[in-house]
Amino acid sequence: MSQPLDPKQAITEAFGDALESAEEFRGELTLVVKAENIIEVATYLRDGEGLKYNLLSDMAVIDYFPAEPRFGVCYHMYSMAFNRRLRIKVMWSDGDAPIPSVTGIWPSANWEEREAYDMMGILFSGHPYLKRVLMPDDWQGFPQRKDYPLGYETVQFSFNYDEIAKHKPFAKK
Amino acid sequence: MTVDPKTQFAVWEGNVEDLKGLVTDRALSGETMILNMGPQHPSTHGVLRVILELDGEQVLSCIPDVGYLHTGIEKNMEYKTYEKSIVMTDRMDYLNPMGNGLVYCLAMEKLFELDVPMRAQIARIVLSELTRINSHLVWMGIGGLDLGVTSTMTYAFREREVLLDIFELVSGQRMMSTYFRPGGLWRDLPDEFEAAVQNVLDTFPAKIDDYDKIITQNPVFVDRTQGIGFINAEDAVAYGLTGAALRGSGVNWDIRKAMPYSSYEQFEFDVPLGQHGDVYDRFVVRIAEMRQSLRIIEQGLKRLQKEKGPFRSDNRKYVPPPRAELGRSMEAVIHHFKLWTEGFRPPKGEVYVSIEGPRGELGCFLASDGSPNPMRVHFRTPSFVNLSALEKLSKNHMIADLVGIIGSIDIVLGDCDR
Repeated sequence: MSQPLDPKQAITEAFGDALESAEEFRGELTLVVKAENIIEVATYLRDGEGLKYNLLSDMAVIDYFPAEPRFGVCYHMYSMAFNRRLRIKVMWSDGDAPIPSVTGIWPSANWEEREAYDMMGILFSGHPYLKRVLMPDDWQGFPQRKDYPLGYETVQFSFNYDEIAKHKPFAKK
Repeated sequence: MTVDPKTQFAVWEGNVEDLKGLVTDRALSGETMILNMGPQHPSTHGVLRVILELDGEQVLSCIPDVGYLHTGIEKNMEYKTYEKSIVMTDRMDYLNPMGNGLVYCLAMEKLFELDVPMRAQIARIVLSELTRINSHLVWMGIGGLDLGVTSTMTYAFREREVLLDIFELVSGQRMMSTYFRPGGLWRDLPDEFEAAVQNVLDTFPAKIDDYDKIITQNPVFVDRTQGIGFINAEDAVAYGLTGAALRGSGVNWDIRKAMPYSSYEQFEFDVPLGQHGDVYDRFVVRIAEMRQSLRIIEQGLKRLQKEKGPFRSDNRKYVPPPRAELGRSMEAVIHHFKLWTEGFRPPKGEVYVSIEGPRGELGCFLASDGSPNPMRVHFRTPSFVNLSALEKLSKNHMIADLVGIIGSIDIVLGDCDR
């Protein structure tokens, strides 16, 4: 069996400027990768000698609201050959080009990406069926976003009447 | 609901065009039949809806539709402090409350760099393995019921009562235990715990042997499960199957062995593997896992008799002081007030921790922005990912086999939908 490669070094050598930054926290390596390069990077991480990240464990999206770029799409991958994990993060904001879907690389990404779309409104290009998975099909908005309230309202008093009224345009009708 | 005036049968109002790309073109012309199964179908283990495209009785495509039990647990946890949101985790996978609590606590402990005393670690292992047996018993009972072995369900639920009594003994709750806390346990194990677990160790091996005979040697069951729902090792990994569904295909990957947590590396146990990757092998693997869990519990019980130390960390930055100290120590009052009003402020960062749950890899992704509430909690639940492989597993099987396949990947919809 080949020797394990350092994923940060391997990506830098193979793709140069695709890697935006790298961070290590509590022994977990996070590599921030440009969205347009995700397909090449993911294919290389899955198949590359010394990498072999063959299992996509999880995809999670963080909302950094109000910072820009707003969303961090995290791919948690695991290499069974070398028994180690890696987190690849792609930064994305509303209005950016959709992130290329990794469903063709790991079929398990199918529902994970649907969940990311459903909960956070992340768009993926090349996904076979990008529809809501957990919420009802006709749901408005993306519930996991930080600016989506948790089903309660601030009480409307005279001192904050106008501010609250701005959030509910339908109340006047 | 629209009713056909001639036949008086309900007519499906959905638009076939919406299913384009998911079903074959023959469905669009009406040549094959589209059938809705669920969400209140007894064999779907909760509220799972499956849209099937059928040619006669053969399943051409299968579209699982989940989300009926979505309760926004991840969203709710962002609005609670770290410790208060442990109660939410119990409600995800209602057959594995201890495991959900464990993975969330492990993620917090990794983020805070909090040490757990050895007694608490061993107690966590014993309780997690009891939960694994509890979950496998329910799966076995209902899985057998689906495939015509009706008596297993009553037996399995009888045995499960013994385990639920132990959970009630330690935590006061049969199912929603909330017993694990960051840094250890809510309280020490009661004195009766050892006798109760010893009772399980004495009585369960013979019972598991009985169920093994009832189920895996039942000719009807063997006929209905062997060669059904086949998936090979490469596909199983690619589709993200974990747990017994992956090991049934012969992939030797168990997180308890690969990345030991909570001192699993000090325990001796084997990882049962299947050979063929069909429904039958996945059943056999889970029944063998119950025996291995009993081995772990036996070793853990011996360790617990020796480890009489503290049951929770005394890092007062994260762990509240014992109630008795409040009357004596001013510092304890300050800590108590601070921890129960504001909570604690952990360092900024992101961690991902996973454990081997009864259904597979149960992961928790925890992101902190330095405030007392978690910035983002995401659970990688095995049911959600395993269920997404149902389409692959059930292709070209008979509709009656689908019931066995759903049973064999052992889904809990509360776990899937969160």
